[in-house]
Amino acid sequence: MKFLTHLLSLRWITGRRFVIGVPFVFLVCTFLIPFLIVARISLSDVDPDHPLGTLLTYTDGMINLHAKIANYLFIATDDLYGLTYLSSIKFAAITTVCCLLIGYPFAYFMARAKPTLRPVLLMMVMLPFWTSFLLRIYAWKGILANQGIVNHLLLSLGWISEPLHMMNTPFSLLIGMVYAYLPFMILPLFANLSKMDLRFLEAAADLGATPMQAFWRITVPLSKSGIIAGSMLVFIPAVGEYVIPELLGGPETLMIGHVLWDEFFSNNDWPMASSVTVVVILLILVPMAILNKYQAEQREGGRK
Amino acid sequence: MTSTLQRWFGRGWLSLGYIFLYLPIVVLVVFSFNESRQDMVWAGFSTKWYGELMNDTEIISGFGLSLRIAVLTACSSVLLGTFAAFVLNRYRRFPGRTLFSGMASAPLVMPEVIIGLSLLLMLVSVQKMFGFPERGFTTIWIGHTLLGMAYAAVVIQSRLQEMDKSLEEAAMDLGCKPRQVFFLVTLPNITQALASAWLLTFTLSLDDVVLSAFLSGPGSSTMPIVIFSRARLGLDPRVNAVAALTILVVSIGVIASSIYLARAERRRLKEIAAAFKGE
Repeated sequence: MKFLTHLLSLRWITGRRFVIGVPFVFLVCTFLIPFLIVARISLSDVDPDHPLGTLLTYTDGMINLHAKIANYLFIATDDLYGLTYLSSIKFAAITTVCCLLIGYPFAYFMARAKPTLRPVLLMMVMLPFWTSFLLRIYAWKGILANQGIVNHLLLSLGWISEPLHMMNTPFSLLIGMVYAYLPFMILPLFANLSKMDLRFLEAAADLGATPMQAFWRITVPLSKSGIIAGSMLVFIPAVGEYVIPELLGGPETLMIGHVLWDEFFSNNDWPMASSVTVVVILLILVPMAILNKYQAEQREGGRK
Repeated sequence: MTSTLQRWFGRGWLSLGYIFLYLPIVVLVVFSFNESRQDMVWAGFSTKWYGELMNDTEIISGFGLSLRIAVLTACSSVLLGTFAAFVLNRYRRFPGRTLFSGMASAPLVMPEVIIGLSLLLMLVSVQKMFGFPERGFTTIWIGHTLLGMAYAAVVIQSRLQEMDKSLEEAAMDLGCKPRQVFFLVTLPNITQALASAWLLTFTLSLDDVVLSAFLSGPGSSTMPIVIFSRARLGLDPRVNAVAALTILVVSIGVIASSIYLARAERRRLKEIAAAFKGE
């Protein structure tokens, strides 16, 4: 009784509890609980009236567990799902490598530019963020299409006699993915490289290292956390990307986001869509843990 | 590598990178003034697609809905994001901190199809139990706020980290209560971050396709949903016109706000300098 009146008087809400509680409750309700529900639905029958069903029932002193694992067995045995997961990971990995190969030199030259120029260069990387991602991806359709800008240019220059087929191929998909995710690679790398103590390089030069040696043996190892953070920031969302393959991909670029969407919207098979989701989450769990670890390290590092 | 060669290589690489980043934007704007319908061939200057856009009720009503959701989303995201950033930055130890920081940053990288699907399944269950919320405006708003809060928290947190903590300590020593410290000292110091977080979450919401598609109900198509369904079918010059208009508005907004913020920052620094001189 005393506990209840204490609870109702709301006096237990201190400022600190309130500040922590508001975002915590919101995140639990909109992020954590939904995942638990998805995990639950992935184990149930198709039953639109009782989406939550009953996982545990109690009859005659027996606790019965009803878990339908058929969906998971199907994902594990069916070739289509296996291939789709593999190709999603493949395209995400290629995207990450391309972003790193383009983004690392880019971030490096940005970080070594004149200090007065750096904020401008940084602003110019961030500016495209402010214009619609959807429209920028759509623009690539016009650039890469058979009657698109690139083909017109090459035809009129006489370099090719027939339009190149670029749209709806793995090539156009990768262009779109690298384009969309490149800034996510550049920004953490730039943050890392611009903080580097350049005296290490002077020391290396004094000790007789060539600039190339100094770069590979000092700059690159020192920027390891930036490389890892950037790669994870690109890889994780790229695995589940839906919009880019839908607009720029083709028959050869099956990705898991598309399968998930189809199971849900076209087949109306919620349990199957949920199982597909759970498997995607399991796939990205390790990369997310790595990312979290490095971000926490950088936060602590910034504190010292 | 000699240093001049390296410098030119650097310049070339940066230029190519920026061309890559800006090419689609330039193409969108240029071809919104193209006379021809399907081809990406220049067939003469024309503003007819802008005229057609004005009569396109689907896009106009979608834009209205998107705008209302975006304004609400930006406000709620900045509010919740400030809370979250404050917790992450100032409260080092409390039960569930690891869970909290994980949940606060996960929406940044989590594929949107996953967030959309799980939110939708949760909201459907809630609706089955309590009879609300109806799929549409409210559900999209909730989804966008989840995403926006994560982005706002990042922006605000980095400002909180840079902030000079001795100001807050001084206020505390002079007898301010924690709440007063927050409103009188912390908040004025992070207004810039709050403004950029607001703008960022606003554009994020105005642009989102996947979450909106999962969370929208019948008759509540936001502008990105309309654009996405057309873009899937092929090229539509009216979409280019929308793009050009948004780019115009965004660049004016970004330039104006960065000029304003730069001025405010200069004024702040001048005041600080004056305060130190005057003593």
